[in-house]
Amino acid sequence: MTTHVLALGTPWSGVPALLFPAFGQSAEMVGIVMAIVILLGGPLGVLIFNTSPRGLAPHAQVNAVVSWIANLGRSLPFLVLMATIIPFTQLVVGTTIGIKAAIIPMSLAGIPFFARLMENAIREVPPEMLDVGVASGASRWQIIRSIQLTEALPGIVAGLTLNIIAMIEYSAIAGAIGAGGLGYLAINDGYEQFDGTIMIACIALLILIVQVIQFTGDRAVRSLLH
Amino acid sequence: MIEITALTKRYGSHTVLDNIDFTVEPGSIAAIVGPSGAGKSTLFRCVNLLERPTSGTIRVDGQELTNLSRRELRVARRAIGTVFQSANLLRRLTAAQNVALPLEFLRLSDEEIHRRVRELLERVDMLHRANHYPGQLSGGQRQRIGIARGLATRPSVLLADEATSGLDPETTGSILRLLAGLRDDLGVTIVVITHEMDVVRSVADVVAQIDHGRIVEYGRVGDVVRRSDSALSTALLPDQPAPRPSADEVVWRLRYADATVDPNWLSRISRELGTDIALLSGLVETVGGDRAGRLTVGISAQLPAGKVTRAFAACGIRAHMTETADELAGVAS
Repeated sequence: MTTHVLALGTPWSGVPALLFPAFGQSAEMVGIVMAIVILLGGPLGVLIFNTSPRGLAPHAQVNAVVSWIANLGRSLPFLVLMATIIPFTQLVVGTTIGIKAAIIPMSLAGIPFFARLMENAIREVPPEMLDVGVASGASRWQIIRSIQLTEALPGIVAGLTLNIIAMIEYSAIAGAIGAGGLGYLAINDGYEQFDGTIMIACIALLILIVQVIQFTGDRAVRSLLH
Repeated sequence: MIEITALTKRYGSHTVLDNIDFTVEPGSIAAIVGPSGAGKSTLFRCVNLLERPTSGTIRVDGQELTNLSRRELRVARRAIGTVFQSANLLRRLTAAQNVALPLEFLRLSDEEIHRRVRELLERVDMLHRANHYPGQLSGGQRQRIGIARGLATRPSVLLADEATSGLDPETTGSILRLLAGLRDDLGVTIVVITHEMDVVRSVADVVAQIDHGRIVEYGRVGDVVRRSDSALSTALLPDQPAPRPSADEVVWRLRYADATVDPNWLSRISRELGTDIALLSGLVETVGGDRAGRLTVGISAQLPAGKVTRAFAACGIRAHMTETADELAGVAS
């Protein structure tokens, strides 16, 4: 390599062969992470809201603890978080590179993020709606399921959209630890090897994906509002 | 039947409800009136235990609620239907799904829920809107759905907090007829919290006025209306502005609230006194099941006042002469 300008490297006809597997890896990472995020972040958000003074079971100490945990996960920039927890990642998945290794920091960042989005969505449900449940003899669990989650669903879906897009961004950062995916392809082939074609293709695809997800999310939210 | 004894609710040092005693007989409608901030809504929230009272007891159908465990209270609440201000319908559920909600909490079978929701929607005349969302319904329709939901668990007691506030007079009338129908057909005991005297006049059997957390006036609506010196009575049947009588007449103010008053009293008394009676203003209606009226009439100044008073008294009407033009102006203002 003697030139330092971004040059066209891979011919356009060779792009799909690189781009599609990378897209598949990104989708796999984000998909697995989102499943974990929903499974753990969702209940955490419900817990944070319901132990707050406006919740179904206000409890100052529990609220302080879960709130602190949720803040902790969001206080570090993702790159710093990823580096900091390398020993933990090694312990859990047995490696510090690749998709498996990326899933741990991405989940740790995504869970508290989604918990807060979830908490905000439930907070938007008017408190009188909870009275409806209490007054008609519902259990706490019934109120959470039939009133809080039902009424907050548009907000939750909006939160999910935001969360998925954030995880796509994180998956690109995770490319730095060789996680694979579009981010890795853009950095490794596009940037490091000055392959302009790959760079442009990755950027265009990422823009397209984010637009499609946001558009779909907005449509879903609208259809959920009656 | 609801029996409230020595109910007190404090928030810190602020006493919102102060030693309230209040009983609502089975199958009757009680209205609780009072200015904003008087404690009406807190009373409402205490009766269905959305708020725990600081002290005092609340019995519904003989069961004391204040000492129940959370689990027992959940069961007891099914005997108390609640209708919220502006209905409080879940926005993402259809009318039918909103009504079904308390039945789902009860874990009834789908067929049973379906059958009862249909029955309830029919009761409130909203079957044709079963699959509409709250956003597609008018205020009155939402309130009907709210009432149907309140009735879902077949409660013996229904609490309604400002169920008609913000509705136009015609819609208010239809909601009140619906409530009266529940009392008359199903024997539901109903407590309505309201600031609208029309509501009290048209459906309530008893009325309690609450101010600064205390019940300041209480009684059967018919009895309260008969009181000549009470603020609640005046609020229920306000004097109507009256025009000036002709020069040789004096103005009498009449008041009655009694089933025994002959509807033909005006012509009867006119014949008896042998003079014309000029009807200057008046309001005659049915209040608490009795005919009630507040009227201003002009009668010839020639007649002795005692004779006029006795003639009215014989018909069950309290009459008193207004002395001066000033007093009349006071009536008009």
